[in-house]
Order: sequence, then C-alpha cells, then structure tokens
Amino acid sequence: MVETLHNLALGFSVALQPSVLAYAVLGCMVGTIVGMLPGLGPLAGISLLLPATFGLTPTTAIVLLAGIYYGAMYGGSTTSILMRIPGEAASVMTCIDGYAMTQKGRAGAALAIAAFSSFAAGSVSLVALTLVAPPLAGIALKFGPPEYFGLLTMGLIVLAYMSGGSMPKTLSMAALGLFLGTIGIDQMSGFLRFQYGIIELGDGIGVVPVAVGLLGLSEVLLVAGSGAPAGIKAPRLGELLPSRAEARQAIGPTARGTVLGFLIGLIPGSAHIIASFVSYGLERRLSNKPEEFGRGAVAGVAGPEAANNAAACGAFVPMLALGVPSGPITAVMIAALLVHGVAPGPLMISEQPALFWGFIASMYVGNVVLLALNLPMVGLLVQMLRIPYPYLYTGIIVFCVLGVYAVNQSVVEVWIMVASGLAGYLLRKLDFEVAPVVLGLVLAPMLEMSLRQSLAMSGGSYWILYDHAIARSLLIGALVLLALGLRPFLMRRADWRTHLEQDGL
Amino acid sequence: MPQSSQPPSHGLTRNRVAGLALVAIAVGIIWESSKLPLGSLGNPGAGFVPLVIAVALAVFALLTAFLDKGTPAWRSIAWAEAPRAAGILAAGAFAALAMERLGYRITIFASAAFLLLVLERKPPLPALSAALLLSAGTYYLFATLLRVPLPLGRWGV
Repeated sequence: MVETLHNLALGFSVALQPSVLAYAVLGCMVGTIVGMLPGLGPLAGISLLLPATFGLTPTTAIVLLAGIYYGAMYGGSTTSILMRIPGEAASVMTCIDGYAMTQKGRAGAALAIAAFSSFAAGSVSLVALTLVAPPLAGIALKFGPPEYFGLLTMGLIVLAYMSGGSMPKTLSMAALGLFLGTIGIDQMSGFLRFQYGIIELGDGIGVVPVAVGLLGLSEVLLVAGSGAPAGIKAPRLGELLPSRAEARQAIGPTARGTVLGFLIGLIPGSAHIIASFVSYGLERRLSNKPEEFGRGAVAGVAGPEAANNAAACGAFVPMLALGVPSGPITAVMIAALLVHGVAPGPLMISEQPALFWGFIASMYVGNVVLLALNLPMVGLLVQMLRIPYPYLYTGIIVFCVLGVYAVNQSVVEVWIMVASGLAGYLLRKLDFEVAPVVLGLVLAPMLEMSLRQSLAMSGGSYWILYDHAIARSLLIGALVLLALGLRPFLMRRADWRTHLEQDGL
Repeated sequence: MPQSSQPPSHGLTRNRVAGLALVAIAVGIIWESSKLPLGSLGNPGAGFVPLVIAVALAVFALLTAFLDKGTPAWRSIAWAEAPRAAGILAAGAFAALAMERLGYRITIFASAAFLLLVLERKPPLPALSAALLLSAGTYYLFATLLRVPLPLGRWGV
C-alpha cells in the first residue's frame, strides 16, 4: 500500500507537469466534443487523432488519448439528455430518462446528476485500478501461451454472450475479424497469407482503417441525408443543481453502477456499452417504482452514467496489467503505445514506472478537469451541434481520410477504410454488430501465436491447454458460456436478449 | 442502426441473406487457405488457423441463416440514404486514388467540394469556403504544426 502511494506520488509529479496537464485538459475537451457529435464515438475519435500523437512523448500521447476516451464518455451524455441523441453508444440508456427529465424541465439536474455520477464512478474506479492493476500484472508474469490462449478465447465468448444481439451473429463477426487478423506474414513460418501481390498487406491489416471504416464511416453513411437535429435549449448555470430528493435518489444507483461497471470493464468486450445496459436493467428491477423508468427516473440516468464511466476505467486493467486489449478502444491505445516503442503489459509497470503511474495520475486529474470544465460549458458545447449536418459529416470524412492515411502514409489504408465503411454499412443494415470484427482483428495474432506456441511447447499435444489450471478454467468457462448463449437460440426459446428487444432496449 | 422492429418474416429474411453471404465468404476463405501449408494438428502450418476460423465462420453463419427466429424480410430494408452513401463512398475512393497524385490539399478540397456542392447542393460560396478551410486548415494543423507527413503530389502542392 505504501509502495502504491509512493508510486502514485511519482505519477502525480509526472501528470502535473504543465505539458502533460495541458494534454490531459486538451484530451478531455476534444473527447467531450467527440462524444457529443453523432457518428463520432470514442473509438473513431481516438483512431482519427492517433496520428496527431506521433510527435508527442509516449506519456503525453497516452494521456491525450485517455482524455479523449473518458471525455467522450462524458460528452455523449450531454446530447443524450438535451436532445435524445446519443453521441456514442454507451449513452443510449441515458437518452431514455435523461431526455424525459429535460422534457419535465429538469435538464440541468439531469446533466448535473450525469456529471457527478460519472465523476464519482470514475474516481472510485481509478482507486480500484490503482490497487488492482499492479498485483494483476505480477500474476500475469506467470502467464504462458496456454493461459493467454484461454484468456483470449474466453474474452471473445464473453463478448458474444454479453452483447445484446444474436450470439451466432456476434460470433460470426468475431470470426470475420479473426480472419482479417491472419492476413499478412505468418509470424511463425514467414509465409505470406492472402496478400495477392499487395505489398502493404504483408504487415497485415491495420486496426485503425478497419475501426474508422466500420464504426465511423459506416455511421456517416447510415445517417447521411437525415435532417438537422431538433432544436435545443441548454440550461443556465443556476439550473444545474439537482434537488435534495434527486441527489438522494442518485446515490444508490451511482454506487451500484460503479461496482457493476468496473467489474464488467475488466472483461474483454464493448464493456462500457454493456455496463450501461446492464445497470439500467438492474436499477429498474431494484426500483420500488419501475413505472417511472422511461419517464424521467433519476436512477435511469445515474446508474448507466456511473456504469459506463467505471467500465471505461476498468477496461484499462487488462490493457495495462496483461497487455491484452479489453476492446477496440484499448486496442487502438495499445497500437499508439507500440508506435512509441512501449509495449503495455506486466513489464510496463516495472520498466516504465513514470509512464504507467503518470498515466494513472493523469486520469485522476482528467476526472476533475471534466467536472470543472464541462458543466459550466454545456451551453457553449451544444452550440457545436447547430453546425448543419452536411458540413459536419464532410469534416468527419476529411478527418477519416487524413487519420487513416497518416498512420502509415499509405493510400492502401484509405482503400481499406472505404471498403470497411461499405461493409459496415451493409452489416449494420442487416442488424449485425460490427465492433466484434475490430476486436477479432486485434486478438487474432495473439490468439494464433499463443495456440501455436502452446503446441510447440507440448510437442503437438492439445492436452497442454487442459494441463495448465488457469487455461483449463478459462476454456471451460468459455465453453459453458457458449453453451448457455447458444441454448436459447438452438431451442428457439426467449432469453434475456429477447426480453431486452421486447422492452425496446 | 437496428431495424428489427419490423414484422417477422419467414421467407427470404435479412438473417438468411446475411448468413448465406457469410457462408460464401467462409467457403472462399477455406478455398484460399487450402493453398497454404496446413501442417498437422500438432504442428499447424500457415493455413491451419485461417481454415479453422473459416469453418467457425461457416458454422455461425449457417446458424444465423437457418435457425432464424423470424427476422424481418430482406425486402423490408429501406435504402433511402443509399444514393447519398454511394456518393460519400465515391468521395472516399477518389481521395484514395488521387491523394498521392494530386497532393493532399487539392484532393481534400475536391472531395469536400463534391460532397457539399454536388451531393448536398449547398450554395457555392459557403460550400467552397468550407472545402478550402478543411483542406488548408487540416494540412496546416497536421502537416505544419504536428509534422505528420502528407503527400504534395506531382505539382508539389
């Protein structure tokens, strides 16, 4: 504990350096804007701004990207509450009761509850992250290829199980992503796979063009031609305080959302989205007045907001401690660190203490910055949404092209983005979730390498996956979840996904 | 953008079309993987893992297609935004094609102008001003301030 505090002090000495602090503030502000703009979620925002970090030090780069991440979590709630437009997917649940509160004249209170719940959840989760990540990294040092294979397989199955859509559809998207991840040179044999003479494909397909195309560009394609957002009335500063009763109602959901969100964040997948959905369902189930949900229930804002911010924080645990991305966002952040020659994982804490602890401390600072800056600036920020959508999406397209090109200075990446955009557009028209493709793409090289290294270690025996206790537990867990997830589908029974669908969630 | 609020159909449904398309992709991957060394179960070659992934894709795609819980009909998908989407994709493809030939600024100006003037039919002055601002502004921000190398094209612009 004393050592942790000592390390945290080192982190604050880094995070409070003027240049690092400036990038934390900049990241929070850019993230808030990214989160507010429909079509630009945290993943697309981080992907687009990745090239802008190339000229920075590793510490400032990761601090900037993390600021964008949790800033976007925050910004998404503003448009959800004021306009019923979720800036990013995790804010969908906030739309329901947040906008209902706005219609009842309680927009200021809803924004304040969302902000304070996010702040409280972010702060508590950061303490948990500070305490959990270092010991977990110590355990991860004992992980070998079989354990990593079990962990990654479990992650993919959990993602499919927890996603709101059909499990076979989610798994088929993950498989598609895994296939894309095998394109390029085979690291064990040196064979070129599925390259078809395109030299740039030798290094494989990059995460950034696929992520920007599937998530950012496809969103623009889907909403192209839709009208301008409805008019908005931003609350005044004096209207931002919730009543005592509202504040009291928010405490329990915030606490539950924090714990739930952090735990879900540890599991690979689109954690912050899942966390807000699960939290909303939990709060409605626990409520004495479930009929108030959908009509402006405070718990319907506080719970999901706390959950998605806590999950965003929890998602950093596997990334920092294990070097395993917990989702597409952390995958892009790992890519950013690798560009700077830093490999996240168990050795990062001992080899790069200033970077690791500086990053953690910057998140504490960013949390305060978000609360201090954004609430008073709500009125100013929502003015951005008055930009006519054709101009806005043209700007987004330009940033997509620029961001993707700048990663490797290759037009092949722009072609991949355009193709991914078209694929994402078609898949989303057919009700497929596209995020598992990105996760599959990121996990494929690690998954393949860990399987083949395991087999090399055992002289070709698959029993190695059973002989190692951690790998065995993880794989059995994955099989159980797979069976549980496919059972209602195969038996044609309604499960919780069907109930969510029936409830309009 | 889920569209599953439509009434369920039992004919050619969205899941059936999507599932069968994914099966076709999986068959293509299996075909291509078989051209690579597969190795053995105990010592997999370069084609082994792609083959396993393709088989898994085919299984999940078949489950999607044939254990369909009655998703809406394929024909119920609205394509109102498709022409605009095609225009946006064309602008992206043009950017990929022209960026290294014409240079970043000319390409982005032309793409943005196409989107605003042709596709969105915005008045020329604000549309061209926005296109100019986007091309010159992003170039200044990224290439000049952040030192991200952006192509100048044949004419060095």
